[in-house]
Amino acid sequence: MSKLLEVKDLRVSFHTYNGEVQAVRGVNFHVNKGETLAIVGESGSGKSVTTSAIMGLLPKPQAEIKSGQILFEGEDLVKKSNKEMQKIRGADISMVFQDPMTSLNPTMKVGNQIMEGLIKHQGLSRTEARKKAVELLDQVGIPHPEVRINQYPHQFSGGMRQRVVIAIALACNPKLLIADEPTTALDVTIQAQILELMKDIQKQTESAIIFITHDLGVVANVADRVAVMYAGKIVEMGTVDDIFYDPRHPYTWGLLGSMPTLDSEEEELYAIPGSPPDMLNPPKGDAFAPRNKFALEIDLVKEPPMFQISDTHYAATWLLHEHAPKIEPPASVKKRMEGFAKTGGKA
Amino acid sequence: MEREKILEVKNLKKYFPAGRKKIIKAVDDVSFDIYRGETFGLVGESGSGKSTTGRTIIRLYEATGGQVLFNNEDVHGKKSKEELLKFNRKMQMIFQDPSSSLNPRMNVMDIIAEGLDVHGLVKNEQERRERVEELLEVVGLNREHATRFPHEFSGGQRQRIGIARALAVEPEFIIADEPISALDVSIQAQVVNLLKKLQKERGLTYLFIAHDLSMVKYISDRIGVMYLGNLVELADSDELYNNPVHPYTKSLLSAIPLPDPEYERNRKRIVYDPSIHDMSEEPEFREIRPNHWVRCTRKEFEQYKKELEERE
Repeated sequence: MSKLLEVKDLRVSFHTYNGEVQAVRGVNFHVNKGETLAIVGESGSGKSVTTSAIMGLLPKPQAEIKSGQILFEGEDLVKKSNKEMQKIRGADISMVFQDPMTSLNPTMKVGNQIMEGLIKHQGLSRTEARKKAVELLDQVGIPHPEVRINQYPHQFSGGMRQRVVIAIALACNPKLLIADEPTTALDVTIQAQILELMKDIQKQTESAIIFITHDLGVVANVADRVAVMYAGKIVEMGTVDDIFYDPRHPYTWGLLGSMPTLDSEEEELYAIPGSPPDMLNPPKGDAFAPRNKFALEIDLVKEPPMFQISDTHYAATWLLHEHAPKIEPPASVKKRMEGFAKTGGKA
Repeated sequence: MEREKILEVKNLKKYFPAGRKKIIKAVDDVSFDIYRGETFGLVGESGSGKSTTGRTIIRLYEATGGQVLFNNEDVHGKKSKEELLKFNRKMQMIFQDPSSSLNPRMNVMDIIAEGLDVHGLVKNEQERRERVEELLEVVGLNREHATRFPHEFSGGQRQRIGIARALAVEPEFIIADEPISALDVSIQAQVVNLLKKLQKERGLTYLFIAHDLSMVKYISDRIGVMYLGNLVELADSDELYNNPVHPYTKSLLSAIPLPDPEYERNRKRIVYDPSIHDMSEEPEFREIRPNHWVRCTRKEFEQYKKELEERE
């Protein structure tokens, strides 16, 4: 598979009154054509900042890309001017935001909002664009598209609005779709519909998706590969099976353990103590060490490198060093892994 | 063992006017009991009336009809100031959004002590401070936090302050309306563990309102499912998850994504189609198995019963 997007050693800082907030501290990952990469992490872990950097939507002048490259089809997006980025945004790379109420213009008919990109990027005439907009609404499963196209966002329900946002994002057949918590504001049954829709569309258009979420259930549903972010870094990366059935980083253990499964009977959930670090003064060594009961002495001094576990699976924890003591994941996580062994290993 | 009812909700109705001649039946004839010491989970999608039910029980809203009995006394209806105070002390609420439910101009000490002051539970300043500091430690915060203001805390810490405030007056019954929905995953587990620990130590009874079904299943003893203002199914948690009967419950359960890729690859979603219901008569709440209730007509009752028997 060929790489569509490659992010190399990306560092983003925000300049605030209190000093420099290091939101993203050296992130490396790539997205292949046609696959879905999920980025998981808590608020403040830098997942949204990473994607804003890819889209060229970082607020200026507070935010600064300190270093790194964002290679999209071989071209470095960091070096592009605002004008050049405008040509790419909405055409080659488009985005679906969390809240469909705030990402749509309330004073504009949805049809015009869909047509905007088509006219601008693809040079269609208004009539052609209108025809395409009706097709798009139909494609995202909105009944009576020829009527709905003349309505305003407030006339749509939450789920329907998110479908409109997806239709706008898809209008110019993007190669990469970035979805930032697209279902967080929706009810479970509506969420299920939107996830199915996104998967269907991906099959038809073969576009790649970066899916940002904190819901591990959604990750298990949509992702091919998963990147787990903590304190501005990727701490573990692998295929969806690597991450859910063979997690190696204690933070990933914590995330998985803190979600009950439908048959968990434990008296207490495995909770990660404390709260995420303040990125004004990122801790020395491994940023997760203060919350990690498996932390080694070295964690407090030196940052762990990425250890390779398999061709697809990487994790940044000193526990994977050959001299590290052997440590078993917590019981609830182990139970999950054993459950998988029972179903017969590889899917 | 005969369990003691702490709360009885009988045919509760809450209608809101929506423009002229139009009313929204947010809660329409809902009945259930909550037993002392248990956690009762109430789930449903937005607009199902689950929060309205919680808020009407604690009398943030006046009921349009029906009764709420708390310790065999009616919550609604005319009450003297003393009666209201007594009732307010026994029933407390924890809200979803910890940043909008704490007064930003009050420090933590005053927020937590407000209930103590209202009910005259402390005699002097020193006792007041000691109680607040003790409560802060119970919910896992520091004594030093008492002089700070809500904006100085993270979301999880604010929710702990909300819990400490609810605990201050030593209630018997706590309504928790989506207490963890606004929190990060790792913090959710901390708060749920705290709620469970407090329940064990103090014998609290919870009404836990949420839309995250896996968390509700984990924390609740019994669960009620709401749909458009009606309770459609009610059963012990395990029974509800293993043997859902109502088509809406089935659809809701089949829609939850679980953190298990293998399960996700095989998950089949069931779509709820309200038109499949038998329209020949008004559905009623019927007991299909001991302690397993479902809203259905007589015809559906027979059909569901057969389904359940076949499943065994």
